[in-house]
Amino acid sequence: MRKLALAVLGAAALALGSASAADEPKLPVEHWSFDGIRGTYDRAALQRGFQVYKEVCSVCHAVQYLYYRDLGDLGFSPEEVKALAAQAQVNDLNDQGETIQRPGRPSDPIVRPYPNDLAARAALNGALPPDLSLITKAREGGPDYVFALLNGYVPPPTSVKIAEGLNYNLYFPGHQIAMPPPLSDGAVTFADNTPSTVKQMAHDVTTFLSWAAEPSLETRHYTGVKVMAFLLVCAGLFYAVKRKVWAEIH
Amino acid sequence: MAAAPAKQNKLVRWVDHRLPIFTFISHELNDYPTPRNLNYWWNFGSLAGIMLVIMILSGVFLAMAYTPHKDMAFESVERIMRDVNWGWLMRYLHMNGASMFFIVTYTHVFRGFYYGSYKEPRELLWMLGVVILLLMMATAFMGYVLPWGQMSYWGATVITNLFSAIPVVGDSIVTLLWGGFIVDNPTLNRFYSLHYLLPFVIVGVVVLHLVALHQHGSNNPLGIDRKGPQDSIPFHPYYTVKDLFGLFVFLLVYAAIVFFAPNLLGDPANYIPANSLSTPEHIVPEWYFLPFYAILRSVPNKLLGVVLMFGSILILFVLPWLDTSKVRSATFRPIYKWFVFVLLADCVILGVVGANKPEGIYVTIGRLATFYYFFHFLILIPFLGWFERPRPLPTSISTAVLAGGGGLSGAGAPMEKP
Repeated sequence: MRKLALAVLGAAALALGSASAADEPKLPVEHWSFDGIRGTYDRAALQRGFQVYKEVCSVCHAVQYLYYRDLGDLGFSPEEVKALAAQAQVNDLNDQGETIQRPGRPSDPIVRPYPNDLAARAALNGALPPDLSLITKAREGGPDYVFALLNGYVPPPTSVKIAEGLNYNLYFPGHQIAMPPPLSDGAVTFADNTPSTVKQMAHDVTTFLSWAAEPSLETRHYTGVKVMAFLLVCAGLFYAVKRKVWAEIH
Repeated sequence: MAAAPAKQNKLVRWVDHRLPIFTFISHELNDYPTPRNLNYWWNFGSLAGIMLVIMILSGVFLAMAYTPHKDMAFESVERIMRDVNWGWLMRYLHMNGASMFFIVTYTHVFRGFYYGSYKEPRELLWMLGVVILLLMMATAFMGYVLPWGQMSYWGATVITNLFSAIPVVGDSIVTLLWGGFIVDNPTLNRFYSLHYLLPFVIVGVVVLHLVALHQHGSNNPLGIDRKGPQDSIPFHPYYTVKDLFGLFVFLLVYAAIVFFAPNLLGDPANYIPANSLSTPEHIVPEWYFLPFYAILRSVPNKLLGVVLMFGSILILFVLPWLDTSKVRSATFRPIYKWFVFVLLADCVILGVVGANKPEGIYVTIGRLATFYYFFHFLILIPFLGWFERPRPLPTSISTAVLAGGGGLSGAGAPMEKP
């Protein structure tokens, strides 16, 4: 009886589910170092990805929930973090209450390219570059989507008319995106001599953005494995105790 | 398991004489006579209680770091995720805890459907449960608004707007809910206040639910009354240990989601800050509201849609009187037994319809499934009670159990053992 009930449920769910397949192309599935229950962020990819963000993306896109201090997680030493922060100029007040600019400190949020959304739109022909600090969690498909999008600039089909100022992208919903192709081969020079192909840069920057969106992932995975082991042992123990206690009355 | 072992200690005796908490614990937790044949479906009540405690505790810690202001709420959640010690754990426990709470509660409700736990003399017990379910839904809805993401904002807009369908006073009610003329900071503030209040109201109703439960004790898979002490066993240690085993199995599932797929059940759009100028393409509530959302959208008339949506829950209040069958357990009801699963399938179908845009085939399926939902409760259940011929009931729980269950229904058997 239960089998039949499950079959009915399964069939109903399947029939309804398959009808919802959209015309959007399927995302290519990329392998990520942070996949799986023991996944961690590849530090070298994180640092390369940060470099791509800093030299390419950060011209338009902010990561407003990140602080310079957070960059220590990428494997930078405290001195390196200080130096990275000091490269930026941040607004502050002096003792007289006047607005001044001073070099950034690790305790400052990472400086945004535009002070606010209006300024960004004014500078970019009306388009608003989304904040990237949560982008891999804020899009259907997550890192795979971001990676696909960065690699998705292909020549448009002849039937498609691209609106003024927009670009064709295979994976963007509606296919017309304001962002021009951000990456081109050799756009950055990696210190570790990794060849900077578009694919490599897209992979590294997506790793960096995944960390930016979920910096606690490694602790979470590490803690999770221990918690699961603990719960499994407890469940086993209580099962044994239950069998023992109930044996008297069965 | 003697009457009051606690009486042995002098201090305990002194306290108990003035405030009988030890007698109470002894009666209601220790010796509390429980049917000896409860299966694992009876674990879900205590699991729901434990989920309520987990939600309150994780929620209290989240509230210490959360800021209920429209310009700061989203960022304060991100600060919890990034800077508060173990903040990510509290938030993922809380947000996935809501889903787990509903999974447990819905299972608990279907257990009630299958074994007729709502029938005489447990009608008030059942109705208090429906009150708890409604309070849970209100609390979950308001909690989902607090992170002030896109889905929070637009979900709040859509759902609160439903009240405008009420004739005459509808618009005033909506203004009152919003604290203004759009969903805005006052809405967030009052939802936060109520989201903190309602769980404690739930605790109060849970206490009543338990008082009502302990009046006549648990129903059981056979659905027959206990005839004497041979049909019962004390709650402790038999059901404490069984509940604990079930709890850890449940926690394994919960932890797997929290630690390895914490955003599985969430909508990515809620990681985009709320924007009143940009409507998401597809506004959907959390999964546990999808069947009701489907019912709402299946009706072309707004007021009728709202009435049916709330009616789909309110109808449960009168279920004890809609069901004309005197036999509680579906094990002995050869036809009704199947329709419990049809109803379950119907709810799953409604859920899938609710998750999809109301276009094409989904409109038709949604309407049929909505029709069936009410048909089940209003037509099928009353008539089935009159026409169905139940199978003979066992004379007592102990004879059925001690006979090894072999002569019992084969149909009930798969549900009784792990």
